[in-house]
Amino acid sequence: MGPVVPTEFTPWLSLFGGVLIGLSAVMVMGLFGKIAGITGITKGLTTAIPGTGGPNDRGWRLSFLIGLVAAPLVVLLTTGAFPQQSVPTNVWGMALAGLLVGFGTSLGAGCTSGHGVCGLARLSPRSAAAVAVFLVAAVLATTLVRHVI
Amino acid sequence: MRNFLGFAAGLVFGIGLIISGMTDPAKVLNFLDILGPWDPSLAFVMGGASVTAFIGYRLIWRRERPVMGSQFDLPDSTAIDAPLLTGAAIFGMGWGLGGFCPGPAWTSLLIGSSGILIFLPAMLVGIVLAGFAKSSSSFASKGA
Repeated sequence: MGPVVPTEFTPWLSLFGGVLIGLSAVMVMGLFGKIAGITGITKGLTTAIPGTGGPNDRGWRLSFLIGLVAAPLVVLLTTGAFPQQSVPTNVWGMALAGLLVGFGTSLGAGCTSGHGVCGLARLSPRSAAAVAVFLVAAVLATTLVRHVI
Repeated sequence: MRNFLGFAAGLVFGIGLIISGMTDPAKVLNFLDILGPWDPSLAFVMGGASVTAFIGYRLIWRRERPVMGSQFDLPDSTAIDAPLLTGAAIFGMGWGLGGFCPGPAWTSLLIGSSGILIFLPAMLVGIVLAGFAKSSSSFASKGA
């Protein structure tokens, strides 16, 4: 998938970013009474899929998504540069990864935000099971790609 | 107002993802690579986010209803079933392969790397395919 890029351990920045993510989840619950799950919010766009919320949901979901997409522009305006990223460059690998993430989160009804942040905050055993499984699967996949293949 | 507040919540979420390091696949993959150059930062993201939401939810739930809605709409499913576990396993494999989960994928779109321009459309295709798989069988899971 590309070279291994070393990264620095950033406990405070990561904790602060995490708190902001949590605050956003609290905003969504307080304002709209909903779980801030990006899987559900993304599915709301693909309206062909039944059971993804009524027209009342579509409005805030779309504007939430626009905010999510616009976030790096805030960083660009304040620091003069986009945030740093090292994205894998393997075309087929990234296509497969995208397919798996879309299919899996849709089937399992949640991802790192819905099951992870919101589900754990609700102390949902169902979400805790999902988090345990996707963490183990992700560690296995990364380990396989980096150390075995 | 509804749209503006939705936008604001999304912006806060995205900025949180960026500051935390979740939008850098190198950081995500190094978190998952426990045999390699392990970077435990992302545990702090998950910890900070879920503890904040845990406290915030309980303050919010003292209200009778959300500010812009008639009721709190929480997932009622508690089943730990095959679709949940299969879906989580498939998602985890994709996350460990590409280093993106859905939120950071959206937040990375405008940064415009070649990887995200492949990953994001493929993710949407995956969602649509899962929709077909669900509607053609009872193999589906409801609600986070």
